[in-house]
Amino acid sequence: MSATTAAWIALAAPLVGLLVISLGWRVWSGRAAGVIGTLAIAVSFAAAILGIADLQSLGEDERQLTSTAWDYANTVGVDASVTLLVDPLALFMTLVISGVSTLIHLYATGYMASDRGYVRFFAYLNFFVFSMLLLVLAGNFLMLIVGWAFVGAASYLLISFWYRRETATGAGIKAFVINVIGDVGLVLGTYFIVFDGGTGSLDLLTTFGEVGRTFAENEGSLVAGCILLLVGAFAKSAQVPFHTWLADAMEGPTPVSALIHAATMVTAGVYLIGRMWPLFEQAPAAADVGAVVGCATLLIAASIALTQTDLKRVIAYSTMSQIGYMIMAVSAGAYVGGFFHFMTHAFFKALLFMAAGSVIAAMANVQNLDRMGGFRKAMPFTFGCFVVGGLALSAIPPFSGYFSKDEILLLIGEQGGWYWVLYVLGYLGALVTAIYTFRMIFRTFLGDPVPEARELEEGHLHHAEPSNPADGTVEDTDVGFPGPEHHIAERTPSMKVAMAVLAVLATIGGVVQIPDVTHVLDSFLEPTFAGSAKFDQPTDTTLLVFGLVLSAVLGLTGIAIAYLIWVRRPGTAARLRERLAPVYELSFHKWYFDELFDLVFVRPSAAIGRWASSTFERVVVDGVFVGGTTSLVRVGSAAVRAAQSGFLRVYAALLLLGLTGVALWLLLEST
Amino acid sequence: MAIGWYLVVSALIFCVGAAGVLLRRNPLVILLCLELMLNAGNLALIAFARMSGTGDGQIFAIIVMVVAACEVTIGLGIIVAMFRRRLPIDVDELRELQG
Amino acid sequence: MTEVIFFIAALGAIAGAIGVVALRNPFYSVLALVCHLLALAALFLGLQAQFVAAAQVVVYAGAVMVLYVFVVSYIGGAEQVIRSPGPGLRVTAAVFVGVLFVELSIAMLGSGLKAVSTDGPGLNADYGQPEQIGELLLTKFLLPFEVASFLLLIAAVGAVVLARRRRGLDPEPPADALTAGDLVRRPAPGTMAEGVGTRSILTEQDEADQAAGRTPIGKGGW
Repeated sequence: MSATTAAWIALAAPLVGLLVISLGWRVWSGRAAGVIGTLAIAVSFAAAILGIADLQSLGEDERQLTSTAWDYANTVGVDASVTLLVDPLALFMTLVISGVSTLIHLYATGYMASDRGYVRFFAYLNFFVFSMLLLVLAGNFLMLIVGWAFVGAASYLLISFWYRRETATGAGIKAFVINVIGDVGLVLGTYFIVFDGGTGSLDLLTTFGEVGRTFAENEGSLVAGCILLLVGAFAKSAQVPFHTWLADAMEGPTPVSALIHAATMVTAGVYLIGRMWPLFEQAPAAADVGAVVGCATLLIAASIALTQTDLKRVIAYSTMSQIGYMIMAVSAGAYVGGFFHFMTHAFFKALLFMAAGSVIAAMANVQNLDRMGGFRKAMPFTFGCFVVGGLALSAIPPFSGYFSKDEILLLIGEQGGWYWVLYVLGYLGALVTAIYTFRMIFRTFLGDPVPEARELEEGHLHHAEPSNPADGTVEDTDVGFPGPEHHIAERTPSMKVAMAVLAVLATIGGVVQIPDVTHVLDSFLEPTFAGSAKFDQPTDTTLLVFGLVLSAVLGLTGIAIAYLIWVRRPGTAARLRERLAPVYELSFHKWYFDELFDLVFVRPSAAIGRWASSTFERVVVDGVFVGGTTSLVRVGSAAVRAAQSGFLRVYAALLLLGLTGVALWLLLEST
Repeated sequence: MAIGWYLVVSALIFCVGAAGVLLRRNPLVILLCLELMLNAGNLALIAFARMSGTGDGQIFAIIVMVVAACEVTIGLGIIVAMFRRRLPIDVDELRELQG
Repeated sequence: MTEVIFFIAALGAIAGAIGVVALRNPFYSVLALVCHLLALAALFLGLQAQFVAAAQVVVYAGAVMVLYVFVVSYIGGAEQVIRSPGPGLRVTAAVFVGVLFVELSIAMLGSGLKAVSTDGPGLNADYGQPEQIGELLLTKFLLPFEVASFLLLIAAVGAVVLARRRRGLDPEPPADALTAGDLVRRPAPGTMAEGVGTRSILTEQDEADQAAGRTPIGKGGW
C-alpha cells in the first residue's frame, strides 16, 4: 500500500468512526461506542505504520508526496483542492497522534463507563482525532485552516462536555474565544504570505519553493505574516499571552485533558512552526519572537505550577511549560529536538493525566491537592505510573524526557550568540520543573493517608455527594454531569493496560534519539527539512556531555529540594510562603493575566453590550428604525383612510373632480 | 337659434345640478338634482340631433328618460324604506354600511 | 319670434334649476323641477323634437314628478336641517362646478364644429314626428328599446321588493286591520265586534293592563 493511500485511510478511519457512532447513537449500548471509537483510531495507527514503511522504501529525494482527492474551491483568487501532503513529518505526527489517541480511547472506555454521555464522548473524541489528523496531513493552507478550526471546535465540545456545569461551559467559551483569535491570526498570516504580493499558491510545497524568490530576507510582509501565524500557534498552544484558557480547560473529563490538552491539540502550534520552517528561516525576526515567547512561557508557567493546589492545573501548567520548550526549539531551528520532545511529552504527559484521573476518581472527584495525601499504599499502580511520568518530566536519565529536553537545549546552545540566554533559562526551567513535579507527587502519595486513602486501603472506594470540584455547587449525576461511579486504575483493566503501555514508552522512548548514538529520528525527518540552514547534526561534543551531566544534576537537585520542603521538613512550605509572600501571590494568581484581560477586554465589552442593549437598541433600533417605519406606515394609512369617510358628498365631489380632469385632458388633446 | 345657445344652456343646467348634488343633504333633493343633470344631457342630445339631422339623438333622449324613470323608482323606494326604518334622511348621517 | 321663446324658455329652465338647488323645502324643489321640465319641453319644441317634448311633459313631468310628490308628502319636508354645509364643501363645490362650467363652455364655443354656430341643416317634414321615432325604435334601435323595457320591468320588481315589510324590522301592522280573509269568511255570530267585521281591538297587553286595573290607552270608546 502506498504512503498516500495509507494517509487517506488514517484520515478516514476516525471520520468513519465518528459517523458510525453518532448516526447510530440510539443503537449502541454499553461499551459498543467505546470499542468502535478505539478500533477506528487503531486502524489509523496501523495505517500510519504502513505509510511509514512505504515511505522509507522510497528514495531520499522522493519522500514528499502530495495526493489530491478533488477540487475544493476554484474561484476568485482561491485555487484549493482537498490535498494531503504525505512526508516524514506528517507521518511522524500521525503516528504519535494516533498511537497516543488509541491508548487514551482505551483508557476512556473504562474511565467514562458510568457516564450517561458515553456515546457522545466517543463521537467527539473521534471527531477530534479526525480534525487533528486533517491538520497535520494538510497539503495546502486551506486544509490546514479547516483542520485548525475543527480542532478548536472539538476542544470546545469536549471541554464543556459536562454541559450542565456552569464552570465547564464558561471554560469552553473562554477556550473557544481565544482559539478564534488564533484562527484570525492564522488566516491573516496566510493572506500576507500567499496573496497580496505573496507566493500566489495555497499549496504548501509550492509556497515553500517560492518563498525565497518572492520575499527578501526579513521582508516586512513576510515577517508580518509569520508573526500572525505565530499568534495562531500561540493561541492554540497556550503560550503567553494567549494561555489563560488552558488552565480552565481542565474542566473537561481527564481523558480529554490527556488527549487534547497535553499530547495533541496544544502541539498543533509546534507543528505549524515546524512545518512552515522555510518561511521562518526567511524571516528570522519572526522566528526570534517565537523563541523568546516560548522561553518566557516556560518560565512563567513553571513558576505558576509551583503554587497551584488543583492537581490537574499543576499538570496543565506543566504542559504549558513543556510546550514552551517545543516552541522555543522549533523557532530557533532545533527541529529534531522540538519534535522529539513532542513525542516523549505525549507519552509522559498523557500518562500523568491518566494517573491523575485515577487519583481524582479515588477522591470522589475532588481535585484539591490540600485534601490529598498518602495514597502510596492504597494505589500502588497509580503511584508507580505517576513516578515514571514524573521522572520523565523532570528529565532524569534514562527516561525519555531526559534525552529530548537535552537535545533541544543542545541544539539551541550550538547556535550561539544570544541563544545562550535561552540555553541558561531552559536549564533553569528544568530545575523548577523537577521541583513542582515532585511537589505534586510527594503531596499526593506520601505522608499520612487521608480518609479517602484509608477507605481504599480497606478495599472500599470512597463515594461523596456529587459537586463541582472548582466551586462546590451541588450537582446530580444525570447526563451533562459526571456519572455516579468512579473508576480507578487498579480496578479497571482498560485503564491499567493503557497506562502500562505509556509507562513503558515513557521509560524507553528516548532510545530513538540518544545524542551521538542513535539517529533514528533525525534521519527519518531529514527529507522534510532538506534545504534548511539550521537542520544540522549537533557537533559540539563537549557541550553535549556538559549538557547531559547538567540536566541530570539539575533534575536530581530538584527532586531533592522538593523532598526537603514537602516531606522532610513539613513546615518549610508555609514559612517560605510567608517570607516570599509577594512572589507567592504573583505565582498563585497566575501572574494576574486573567485579571488583566478581564479589565482590558471583558469589562469594556460587557459595558458596550449593556449600553447597546439599553440605549442603542431602545433609541435607534426600536425608536428610529422600527418605530419610524411603523409610524410612517401608520401616518400614511391614516392619510389614505381619510378618503374612505363614508360621506356621499365627498365621493360626489371626487367624482366631479375626476370628470373635470378628464374634460380638461380632452380639451387639451383636441388642440 | 344657433345650436350653440342650446348647448350653453345645457352646460349651465348640468353645472347647477352638479352643485346641487354637492350642496344638499336631503337625498330627495339630491335625486332631484340628478334629474337636472340628466335633463341637461337630454337637451344636449336633442340639440346635436338637430345639428346632424338624424333622429338618433332623440331616441337616445327617450331611452335616457326611461332610465331616469327607473332610477327614480328605485331611489325613492330606498328613501321610503329608510324612512320606514326610522333612519335619518340625511346623507351625512348615513355613513356606515351596517344595518 | 323663436328667439324670444328660446330666451323665455331658457330663463325658465335655469330659474327652475336654481330653484331646485336653492329652495329649502323639498316640496318647493319638486315644484321648481316641474317648472324646469316644462321649460325644457319648450326648448325641445324649438329644436323640432315634437315627440320628445310631448313625452317629456307626459312622462317626466306627469308621472315621475307625481311620484316625487307622493314621496315628499309621505316623508315630509321637515327633515331639512338648519345647518348648511360647512364652508369647506361650499367653496369646493363652487370651485369644481365653476371649473367644469368653464371647461364645457370652452369646449363648446371653441369647438371646431362649424355647425354649432348655425341653426342646423334643413330637415325633412317628418323629422321629430312620431312616425320617424317609431320607425327608428323598431328598426335601428330595436335592441335598446327591448333592453329599456326589460329595465322597466326590473325597476318595477325592485320597487315591489323594496316596499315589502320585512318581519322583525318593520313595525307589525295593527292586529285589527281588515284582511282579505275577512271579506271571504262569513262573519261568525258572537260579539258585536265580530259582527261588524273586526276582531277584538284589545290585545293581550291591554287585557293584562285591565286585569291590573289600568285602563288601556287609546282603545277607549267606540
